[in-house]
Amino acid sequence: MSPRRISYRFKSIFKHLDGILVALVCCVLIISATVVFSASGQSTARLSGHLMNMALALGIMVIMANIPPHLLARVGPVLYGVGLILLLGVALFGEVRNGARRWIYLGFAFQPSELLKLALPLMMAWYFQRNEAILGWKHHAIGALLLLLPFLLIMRQPDLGTAMLIGASGFYLLFFAGLSWKIIVGGGTLALASLPLVWNVMHDYQRQRVMTLLDPSSDPLGAGYHIIQSSIAIGSGGFLGDGWMKGTQNQLDFIPERTTDFIFAVFGEEFGYVGALVLMILYMGIVARGLVIAARASTLFGRLMAGTISLNFFTYVFVNMGMVSGVLPVVGVPLPLMSYGGTAMITLLLGLGMVMSVGTHRQLNKS
Amino acid sequence: MMKRGFQLKNLDQELAQFQARVIVGAVFVLVLAGILMGRLFYLQVIQQQHYHLLAENNRIALVPVAPNRGLIVDRNERILAENYSAYTVEIVVDKVRNIKKIIADIGQLIEITPAQIRHFRKLQAESHEFETVPLKSKLTDQEVAILAANHYRLPGVEVKSRLFRNYQAGPGMAHVVGFIGRINDADLKRLRAAKLGQSYAGSTHIGKVGLEQSYEKVLHGRAGFEQMETDSGGRSIRILSRIAPVSGSDVKLYLDAKLQEIAEQAFGDFRGSLVALDPKTGGVLALVSRPGFDPNLFVDGIDADTWKELNGSPEFPMVNRALRGIYPPGSTIKPFMALAGLELGFRTASDTISDPGYYSLPGSSHRYRDWKKQGHGAVDMHKAVVQSCDTYFYRLAVDMGIDKTHDFLARFGFGSKSGIDLQGEATGLLPSKEWKMQRYKKPWLLGETVIAGIGQGYHLTTPLQLATATAMLANGGRRIEPKLVQAIRDPVTRRWVAQPVAVREQVALQPAHLEMVRQAMADVLKPGGTASAAAAGAPYAIAGKTGTAQVVGIKQNAKYDAKNILKQHRDHALFIAFAPAEAPTIAVAVLVENGGHGGSTAAPIARAVFDYYLLGKLPVVKHKEIAIESAAD
Repeated sequence: MSPRRISYRFKSIFKHLDGILVALVCCVLIISATVVFSASGQSTARLSGHLMNMALALGIMVIMANIPPHLLARVGPVLYGVGLILLLGVALFGEVRNGARRWIYLGFAFQPSELLKLALPLMMAWYFQRNEAILGWKHHAIGALLLLLPFLLIMRQPDLGTAMLIGASGFYLLFFAGLSWKIIVGGGTLALASLPLVWNVMHDYQRQRVMTLLDPSSDPLGAGYHIIQSSIAIGSGGFLGDGWMKGTQNQLDFIPERTTDFIFAVFGEEFGYVGALVLMILYMGIVARGLVIAARASTLFGRLMAGTISLNFFTYVFVNMGMVSGVLPVVGVPLPLMSYGGTAMITLLLGLGMVMSVGTHRQLNKS
Repeated sequence: MMKRGFQLKNLDQELAQFQARVIVGAVFVLVLAGILMGRLFYLQVIQQQHYHLLAENNRIALVPVAPNRGLIVDRNERILAENYSAYTVEIVVDKVRNIKKIIADIGQLIEITPAQIRHFRKLQAESHEFETVPLKSKLTDQEVAILAANHYRLPGVEVKSRLFRNYQAGPGMAHVVGFIGRINDADLKRLRAAKLGQSYAGSTHIGKVGLEQSYEKVLHGRAGFEQMETDSGGRSIRILSRIAPVSGSDVKLYLDAKLQEIAEQAFGDFRGSLVALDPKTGGVLALVSRPGFDPNLFVDGIDADTWKELNGSPEFPMVNRALRGIYPPGSTIKPFMALAGLELGFRTASDTISDPGYYSLPGSSHRYRDWKKQGHGAVDMHKAVVQSCDTYFYRLAVDMGIDKTHDFLARFGFGSKSGIDLQGEATGLLPSKEWKMQRYKKPWLLGETVIAGIGQGYHLTTPLQLATATAMLANGGRRIEPKLVQAIRDPVTRRWVAQPVAVREQVALQPAHLEMVRQAMADVLKPGGTASAAAAGAPYAIAGKTGTAQVVGIKQNAKYDAKNILKQHRDHALFIAFAPAEAPTIAVAVLVENGGHGGSTAAPIARAVFDYYLLGKLPVVKHKEIAIESAAD
């Protein structure tokens, strides 16, 4: 290959990136790096690990952006099939940890429910795309079935949090695929009506979490401790925040899991309401850009994937921030692009890579 | 064509529908984001001050600093109770979720015995209002180093330097100095009621018995405070500000520790009590209660077995006999009876009776026997005291009547608390007609008056009361409250501030009457007197009176072996005395339980005390002989 050709190839790799999304993502990642550094007690080891994760995840994002959607669609059924089999495997001979059967050993401990977070929307989008021309209520019913299978298996583990998140992503997809409002409203009413029933089926620790949410002081040393301390951190930050690396709740170790799930408490304490507003605007920008790409997408698959991934992204933001600020129960969900941790970082940027792919392969598809 | 056109329209419609749904999705996102930002606005803007305060409370711990407890020293400033600091490992109970596990963790680093764990559990149950409970105290340097190195692994575990109390004066001083013990819930309630909770914020111990208890206020001082920045594990990061604690004041006694020691030794194996007073000030020079106990056992909480052993002992080492042991005064009451006869005009010194060896009430054939079967013959008051003639005092008591006797003796402090600066003093019992009616709902019998004349019957006194009354004979009738503490050291100027002498009453006595009685008491210690042997070779004159009490003093509900039963039936020996007889500087009361005759067992103890106090003479060999003698029988 001639140098010119290599240079062309190189340029063409970046051609598929969405400038707005990349800029927004990078802004969040820069904030993340500063906060992780502060939250880890100025640990350069933690910070460099975090930066490595970012680099790896960004690389994967670039690769995903370059894969045309129609190729992505083909992977859907395969991933979904493998994921479902693994879930069944977990149910039959999974490892029990902390009273829940979530893990399966494949040379390394693996949580198949993580795989389903992407596989389910891919599968459903692929299915609807295939039947685009004749899409009717039957297809919606089958889509719901595709959703229900992994949902119930994960509920059984039990892992309520993940089940809800996967359920939400499946629901977003059905919603974008045009699920009738009657069913949505009817189903919603039914769900609300069955809440007492859900309460009865719930495990003790799950009920405990809900109770703790309603009254954190009822268990100040147990689960309530997390909520109380993170609320104190956020609240004490005030309008402008205590300043970078000056949050006492953070520096004196009062915030639990403060580089991972509770990183927003550190951010809220040190950067205040203004910081939270800026971060929220960045997140909203990412979601908005994703939805715009979805609205402009040329294929049903692209629309469904971009829309679902965008709403999913926001769901993680909402669940995490809601948990840390004390409006939702404690569920182990990291704050997108902010929390330390490679897996979540990779999954999220992989998803955004897909959105970029949908956005940039539009013209190519048409031609 | 139709079909295709329809499909295209359908796709457009679908796209429009999708875009509508995207807008719905965007609205959904905006609403949820609005909820979040509203929540954050509430936390960060509206409730900011509230949460800021909570964060400050998290961060800043007001750590109380316990004051140094004042020392207790004897009159020569010999230390009786002192402090030393040692490291303890303590658990902040509030901050540890699994105490069992953390104890096991500590146990892997340093040795923790099951007894220490039991003790910890007990302390935890007793004082649950305290945050930290000690697990092991007096750590070695190595143990401190090991725990310090593993600090990060043990959240809620603290190694603290604490002050401990040491009583080096031995078991003899336990009844005087007492001891401190851990503050329990009852103590805490009392402190709160007295609004002293703040002063005790950092303290773990409080005076429980003896001077430690009665001078608690003086000895304790006031807690200081440190504002500390602490992390979530309760570990302190730095000190922000500090209010220094106010140390407790030192306390100086009238008591001479060496004198006390000599008195102790003079008792040999006997149980009993001795109280020595300075008749001018009421200062307690020695206060002995035998047997004693080791007060150090109580400081950190006594273990159950040792407590059982001490508390269940038939010798009652925990009872302060000087204050709480009540005994009939026996013949030691006679000088006071004689003085009453003179003062109240029932006798002159020269009034003489004829003693046939017994006394009978008019119209009765019952004989109240004298200790000397054949009688003392012609007896005047002087002879009656010197030879301890019972018949003389039987008659005197009947002539005066019980109520007049009661009223006179009451002015010498019999039947009421002396007012010593220790708690738990017994009142004793000085009988009267009114008392008997109230107590037994029965009229007083004349026969009871007869035996009251020689200090038997209902009359019960403590060795302390007896010593106080004896001091009144020595000082001319001044009733002074006995005090152990003569001075308190001002914590600022470091100077000793003398405590006032508390004179309760000056009993007006005719000097001639008093002189007559004192002369008779001096002759008790001279050839022909009942205690002459005890004074042999003394270069100063002693005035005293022997006594024997037939009734056993303390509770009788414990088991004794055969040898002890015999011993138990022996009389208590009593002796009161002051010296030098003409210008007394010390007055004592001695009681030897089951000691037999006052002149032979109790008086030599007083002699040993006088010898040291007046001459500085040490009776080392003598006490050994006594010990061997009593071991032989």
